[in-house]
Amino acid sequence: MTFWNDPINFIADWLQDVFIGWGASTSVAEVITSLIGIVVMILFAMVIAIALVWVERKVVARFQDRLGPNRIGPFGIFQPFADIVKLVIKEDIIPAGADRVVFNMAPVISLASVILIWAIIPLASNIYGVDINVGVLYLVAVGSFGTLSVIMAGWASNNKYALIGAFRMVATMISYEIPMVVALMIPTIISGTMSVQGITQAQSSVWFAILSPLGFLLFMISAIAELGRSPFDLNEAESEIVAGFHIEYTGMKFGLFYAGELLHAFTFGGFMAVLFFGGYGGFFGLENVAGFTWLSNPFIELIVFLVKAMIGYWIIMWIKYSMPRIRIDHMLAFNWKFLTPLAFVLLMVTALFDKLLAPTQFYVAGMFLSNVVLGWIVIEILRKFSKHERVLQENPAEPVVIQAANHGQGVS
Amino acid sequence: MQNEWLYIGLFLVIGVIVPIVPLVASRFLSPHKPNPIKQSTYECGIETVGDSWVQFKSQYYIFALVFLIFDVETVFLFPWAIALGKTTLFTVVEGMIFILILIAGLTYAWRKGMLEWA
Repeated sequence: MTFWNDPINFIADWLQDVFIGWGASTSVAEVITSLIGIVVMILFAMVIAIALVWVERKVVARFQDRLGPNRIGPFGIFQPFADIVKLVIKEDIIPAGADRVVFNMAPVISLASVILIWAIIPLASNIYGVDINVGVLYLVAVGSFGTLSVIMAGWASNNKYALIGAFRMVATMISYEIPMVVALMIPTIISGTMSVQGITQAQSSVWFAILSPLGFLLFMISAIAELGRSPFDLNEAESEIVAGFHIEYTGMKFGLFYAGELLHAFTFGGFMAVLFFGGYGGFFGLENVAGFTWLSNPFIELIVFLVKAMIGYWIIMWIKYSMPRIRIDHMLAFNWKFLTPLAFVLLMVTALFDKLLAPTQFYVAGMFLSNVVLGWIVIEILRKFSKHERVLQENPAEPVVIQAANHGQGVS
Repeated sequence: MQNEWLYIGLFLVIGVIVPIVPLVASRFLSPHKPNPIKQSTYECGIETVGDSWVQFKSQYYIFALVFLIFDVETVFLFPWAIALGKTTLFTVVEGMIFILILIAGLTYAWRKGMLEWA
């Protein structure tokens, strides 16, 4: 074991020896080493969050044909640090009538819920916090803390807009959790494990996005809804309820919500990569070929993971800045009448084909084709339905009644 | 680390401390000059009318109920999903029957008009 093959364990063992040398017992040394590792991991996440502020502002500027931050440092790269200094020295205003304890706890829980996900995120084959055997379920469970922080912020602010925003956000988050959980079950079925490391390693020969493209789409849509980003950004609809649940937050508390949202989006980009695009690996077996063994180096894997997560994040951003907002009734109907049934049907199809085709050589092609056929059937049903609706709109069923109500004074 | 959940417990503690640090820093660095106008509830510059804790639409409650049923049911599906690779085709059929019952419940709620935003 050298530093270049296994950096985390190399440093951890060295530190443990140092602490034992200082007279600590083995278990105490282990806990202290873990604490140092956790702090480094969280600081890494926070550095990424700071970098994301710059990426987000620069990319949205390019989408809107602006320049974006360009004064502080080359390409405005030190802009986030100026932002942080500004947020820290801003006055912290707590509105009269607010529930102070809950009001102050909400931003902390919001960011902590995102940081907690980083405990299981597999950055490389041996760079990760912990590999629990219920990793996928842990992702959903920790995500629920985010819902809690939203309702806490909305309720404690003593503000109508905040409360309405929180109601909408919670309705969205709990509704879209169903298709998301079902979409998470698809990698679980194919790989036979809930551990994120296991799911990543199961994709070394073929990505799950190829085996289940519909599952990936379901996961992406419900992840965007969970994040509360456009087109599902009803929680902070700027044109009607101004900023939604964090309307009364100023200074650093607003900064925590903002950092939490950006880091959450990036983390979901990372999970799209882990669950469907091979995570840090997934080179289609290339890493076993002579001359390409350097691909399984942890530093290369780390870079590959970050690039894939960044691509996922960029797609989420692309959708955010291209789509108009949709109405709450449309949003909930889209979930309960379309995504949820589709998710359950897809789950059944995946389970059945996985069982039937697993021993045969048609596995990859069969899984892919079953998804394509299912997607095609769904599109056909949607087309029939929308045609039916259009016909109903163009020829109202009872035109006579309308004319009678208007006393025949020309209905156009 | 031998115990995974101890690690996650430590992660939880540090994960809560890290967001608190900038809040504490902000408390020492920022000015603090409250006045009634500044602390009044923001409502686009208009004075607030009535109570801020408005009544909410009962539809949210219905969706929360439907969600609760489905969320509990999906937890039962995870063990099935893991065990699928090691069992026979009969397990798949059993799971499909379970999911079909779930879908029947969804159809019932749909036909009853629970999913309409009225």
